[in-house]
Amino acid sequence: MLKVLKYSFYDLSRSRWTYAYLLFFLLLTFGLLNFSHDLSKTIISLMNVVLILTPLIGTLFGALYYYNSKEFIDLLLALPLPRRSIFLGKYLGLSLSLSASFVIGILAPMLLFGILSTGLVLNLVILMSTGVLLTFIFTAIAFLVSIRFEHPIRGFGAAIFIWLFLAVIYDGILLLILIWFEHYPLDHFALLMTLFNPVDLSRVLIMLQLDISALMGYTGAVFRKFLGTSLGMSIAYATLLTWIIVPVFAFLWLARRKDF
Amino acid sequence: MITSAWLFLFAIVSEQLQASDTLNVGKAERFTRIGDAVKAAFPGAVIRVLPGFYQESNIIIDKKLHLLGVGFPVIDGNQKDEIFTVVADSVRISGFHLQNCGISFVKDLAGIRVDQGAHCVIENNRLFNTFFGIYLKNARDCVIRDNYVEGLAKDEFSSGNAIHIWYSKNITVEGNTCLQHRDGIYLEFVEFSTIRNNTSEKNLRYGLHFMFSNNDDYRWNVFRNNGAGVAVMFSKNIIMEDNLFEKNWGSNSYGLLLKDITDGEIVRNRFHRNTIGIYGDGANRLRMAHNEFMQNGWALKILGSCYDNQVTANNFLDNTFDVITNATVNNNHYHGNFWSDYTGYDLDRDGVGDVPYKPVKLFSYVTSRVPQAIIILRSPFVDLVNFAEKVMPSLTPQTLEDAAPLMKIIALP
Amino acid sequence: MIVRDLYKSYRKHQVLKGVSLGLDPGRITAVLGPNGSGKTTLIKCMLGMVIGQQGEISANGKNIGHDYLYRKDIGYLPQIARFPENLKVRELVSMVKDLRNQPANYEELVSRFGLGPFMQKPLRNLSGGTRQKVNILLAFMFDSRYYILDEPTAGLDPLSLQRFKEMLLNEKQKGKAVLMTTHMVHLAEEMADEVVFLLEGKVYFHGGVQELKDTYDGMNLEAAIANILSLQEHA
Repeated sequence: MLKVLKYSFYDLSRSRWTYAYLLFFLLLTFGLLNFSHDLSKTIISLMNVVLILTPLIGTLFGALYYYNSKEFIDLLLALPLPRRSIFLGKYLGLSLSLSASFVIGILAPMLLFGILSTGLVLNLVILMSTGVLLTFIFTAIAFLVSIRFEHPIRGFGAAIFIWLFLAVIYDGILLLILIWFEHYPLDHFALLMTLFNPVDLSRVLIMLQLDISALMGYTGAVFRKFLGTSLGMSIAYATLLTWIIVPVFAFLWLARRKDF
Repeated sequence: MITSAWLFLFAIVSEQLQASDTLNVGKAERFTRIGDAVKAAFPGAVIRVLPGFYQESNIIIDKKLHLLGVGFPVIDGNQKDEIFTVVADSVRISGFHLQNCGISFVKDLAGIRVDQGAHCVIENNRLFNTFFGIYLKNARDCVIRDNYVEGLAKDEFSSGNAIHIWYSKNITVEGNTCLQHRDGIYLEFVEFSTIRNNTSEKNLRYGLHFMFSNNDDYRWNVFRNNGAGVAVMFSKNIIMEDNLFEKNWGSNSYGLLLKDITDGEIVRNRFHRNTIGIYGDGANRLRMAHNEFMQNGWALKILGSCYDNQVTANNFLDNTFDVITNATVNNNHYHGNFWSDYTGYDLDRDGVGDVPYKPVKLFSYVTSRVPQAIIILRSPFVDLVNFAEKVMPSLTPQTLEDAAPLMKIIALP
Repeated sequence: MIVRDLYKSYRKHQVLKGVSLGLDPGRITAVLGPNGSGKTTLIKCMLGMVIGQQGEISANGKNIGHDYLYRKDIGYLPQIARFPENLKVRELVSMVKDLRNQPANYEELVSRFGLGPFMQKPLRNLSGGTRQKVNILLAFMFDSRYYILDEPTAGLDPLSLQRFKEMLLNEKQKGKAVLMTTHMVHLAEEMADEVVFLLEGKVYFHGGVQELKDTYDGMNLEAAIANILSLQEHA
């Protein structure tokens, strides 16, 4: 597995997409820092970008990379390697490479502007950890979809739909349900729905940093317990990890049974 | 040289005055109980209480006296009654450590009570668990200064206020620290009084509370972590300047609560990380200027019952929501503020944005109806909803806008 | 290696309907058959890339199941040479060597097929014939017991073809078992000890080259096969 990971990472480290992604975050972070001269503001802006972009890029690159490396995968399949190693290696190679671009792209300018000497280190850690988790989650989902659909167009379509659904549509549905049933106690429901969407969950983590004043205004005891304590943060991180593990196991399961 | 000679002379004279009219209280002194000394003293005397532990309560001071604690003698009320009750003018109480008054549901027991007194000074005392701390009733021209009042309030019904003033005039409350009571400082029917440089923290209800009080001012105070920072109710002409309202968090928490008040000034205050910065219900003709609203849940919640308020030259920085209202028509004036969420442009480079800023977002309406919806606060779907409302306003009052939003943050003193 | 009664279908399309064959040391088996007769599927099943529904495939006396270690003994040449295009030939070779974790001897193959000048070139810049040579290199650089070759000569120039044949005979003499599919009937005629003729997922004929020619009345193998196919059309 480690060898497959090594070669995938090596392969990706020579892809210009990797550098485009790195460059994007470098420019964005530098741009925001130069524009506002305010680390805190920059982190806030980046949080909003990260919630949309890392899932999208994870989805697109995941599908693109899978379909593009079919040759490589075919080659590997004929070698004395278990399928688990091949797909896990490829998956980790891509996730790590994307995460590296993301982390370096944000961290380097931040360090240059002296983030360490401010009280914002925790915010930055939350920002980067959610970004990395989302990258791993959506790359796994993209792999799952790509392994499921032989045809790239279908695979891309399905992957993008899942992204769109989780990033935007899901919240719309949730909001409609909340409004329709506003007279019912919906605290548990709302929190549960959040757990079922990794984007929402990441957003909650970020909100706990940015909007705690507003969140504290909510009366529901469950909400207060969830949002007002470290319990919420632990649950959120644990669920995000589950969101990586489940799709990974699912695509490994599919890959084990698939004909190539 | 001359100055020090004068000082020396003055010291001698005052020493002699003291000696002539000073009663000492202490273990080895003529008086071992403060109450006895108070009874024996002539008006104008100084009672020096030496360091020690005194278990006394219901000490009634009915003549002009100066009670002076030396090295903070401890007076313990033993959980019954109150400790000092002042019913005379020009009484001065300073340097005491008072603790453990009784808790009563019919009588407002206090560490120090002034009833009908004038020109009293309560200064530099420490009060712990005294139900009510310092209680003024029908007083005038009194000063409450540099006291530290800490309670053990758990619920509103069985707790008192740190500093409680009722039906009084010309009172100065300054440099006090009020912790863990029902209200930090409570004023009812109090006029021409000044509240300044106090710190009010962790009080269950309000840090500072005005009821039916007119023509007062409060400045340079810090209100932190209270149910609400300050509540001004049924009052007129209150000046509110240079205060810090911080982290007043909770489901009914505000930095500043305005209820049926008119003609006030809210200037140069800082509202940081409150659930609601200013909540206005029936607030009229107020001027809010040069304030800083930073990272509040809602910077301003101005209900439809508020008229003719001027919101100008304030900084609104990274609040979750800037303004919310239940009104469909706007009756207040927003002009020339800096809004960090403003995304307009300034083509003529005059420092003022060319498109008006609408500080009321549709989604803040949604959350006031369905509070759980806050969970999707930063979703792109919410941006979509807000954008749609911006293009075709349907719920938000169309005229509620800042026609001259500033491009740069205002430098506040 | 033995394939016994293998069935495979993709959705409703039945590709293999009970195929059996065996690979024996020192023998070359040629799998012939028209397009879509299931040759490549059969090979992929033997490599574990496609999973059969019924039947059994065993290597070294063990059912392959989801096992992967038996592939250590197989040199595989896929039909269409598709490689990670960013890599250089030398990198690809050393990567495969590293991934298989077995000793490899490729210098002789490189010189045999004149690949020397191409070793430092990225794969995307190679012509079809050169890619096929790289394909051959990857299949034969390990000392494997079995060689499974899917259209090994596609795109080879006559000289390279000659060298390939020499190499194949050489391996046969070393006691290797070879299975190859090919459309070049004369290659099968020249090289194969056994011929398996697949038709619509079934083994239509299995035997020696001469036997096939005799049975189907052909001057040469090509004619015999043409006869089979026209028989099939009329049936």
